[in-house]
Amino acid sequence: MATATSQKMTAWQDISASLANFRLAALLGWQDVAQRYRRSSVGAFWLTINMGVLIGALGLVFGTIFNTPMSEFLPFICVGLIMWGYFSSLVTEGCGSFVANTETMLQLPIPFFTYILRTWWRNTIILAHNIIIFPLVLLIFGKFVNFDALLAIPGFILVSVNLLWVMVILAVLCTRYRDLTQIVQNIMQVGMYVTPIMWMPKNLPGGARSQLMLDYNPFYHLISIVREPLLGGVATPLNWIVSIGMALIGWVVALLFLNRYRTRITYWL
Amino acid sequence: MTSMHLENVTVDFPIYNTRSRSLKNQVMSLATGGTIGSNPEGHVVIRGLENVTLSLKEGERLGLIGHNGSGKTTLLRVMSGVYYPSGGNITINGKCTSLINISLGIDPEATGRENIGIRGALLGFKKKELAERLAEIEEFSELGNFLDMPVRTYSTGMQLRLAFSISTVIQPEILIMDEWLATGDEGFQHKANERLHDLVNKTKILIIASHSRDLLVKNCTRIVWLEHGRVKMDGDAETVANAYFGHH
Repeated sequence: MATATSQKMTAWQDISASLANFRLAALLGWQDVAQRYRRSSVGAFWLTINMGVLIGALGLVFGTIFNTPMSEFLPFICVGLIMWGYFSSLVTEGCGSFVANTETMLQLPIPFFTYILRTWWRNTIILAHNIIIFPLVLLIFGKFVNFDALLAIPGFILVSVNLLWVMVILAVLCTRYRDLTQIVQNIMQVGMYVTPIMWMPKNLPGGARSQLMLDYNPFYHLISIVREPLLGGVATPLNWIVSIGMALIGWVVALLFLNRYRTRITYWL
Repeated sequence: MTSMHLENVTVDFPIYNTRSRSLKNQVMSLATGGTIGSNPEGHVVIRGLENVTLSLKEGERLGLIGHNGSGKTTLLRVMSGVYYPSGGNITINGKCTSLINISLGIDPEATGRENIGIRGALLGFKKKELAERLAEIEEFSELGNFLDMPVRTYSTGMQLRLAFSISTVIQPEILIMDEWLATGDEGFQHKANERLHDLVNKTKILIIASHSRDLLVKNCTRIVWLEHGRVKMDGDAETVANAYFGHH
């Protein structure tokens, strides 16, 4: 039952209650995907088809521009575009996580992190549909992943942990300042070109400047811990250290932030 | 022991017009020195509730009356834990469920049966509890084979039947309602009324906002009359109803 408690809920209680009742977030997130594609015969695989076409087209163009063999470039851009799509939808949809649930939030005292998890789960389902393209690409070139690819799993978890705190902060801020969403969308658009998605790090001219451009980009580290293992390489220790560090610091900030403004959120809806 | 205490509860709504709700304007106002706008923060505050003090014990049936805009809905939202008061304190002991909009969360593209799952989860049912009550919900709705059809194919009355059947299997200790839930054709309405009376009788504390004198006097032991967000009168149902409806 929806139990309202006397004390005001702390951010920590909110998040642990949401996780304990993850079933609700998963059900709502699943419903979001199902609702969009219920009347289509291919269903959510339309997303896979669209993504596949995009990867094929961009892969051909940029692979040719950079003069990189397709067997190397297509798997690279495949994982890159799929993961970037995931980052970008999570961050931009994260902004609207509370606003989109206004009606429910004004009626039922469900912990707020549930709505963030709903957005996360919805996009994770979509990611699961898209990732199917990757083994197909590998198959075309007769490549296989090795055991190191398993490192992509902790990589993915770490990526999600990072994106979730970003979503918490953005959801609160964007409920208060509605035009922030536009700025975030803009940042994510620019981010796609600044991060090695459509170009490979080795395409950069060598030297300290190029290295700085990579190392100061948080998205570079996040994408590397998933992409490198899948492509048969290993992410650098720096990639892991930065990703873990961001997760720890980010969550401390997000918890303090949510705790401070939690009781105000419903007033801003 | 189920109970609810409100102590000097005050609720202020900040009204953000499009100007102050935009980050651009906040940055701009820093640049221009912030002289534009009537108050320093640039927004108006509306007081929804002011110093409301109430104590509800187990067994009490509270009715809320007042004109539109007197704070009834705001008070219901504070009591259901949605709004945390901006001033004062509220203590709620007990499982609290609000049946303000019973159709909340119903997805028209999903089937009736799927919607039982969604709505049930929103109301806080565990998967197992819901499975135990599923047959009862399905039977009560009398929707039969339509339960496997998308809800968008239902008539309005059928949709309400579905929403009502799911929402009333809850067994809250504190029940919050905005007006009596009336649903369906005559046959169903009779059955629905019976079910609702049952629910109301089983719940330990009832809070209902209504404009109907009959309903309030019949179901409530106590009525609070709200005006401009303040308690204008608080007493036994008959007395307050006479004072309020006597004038109108």
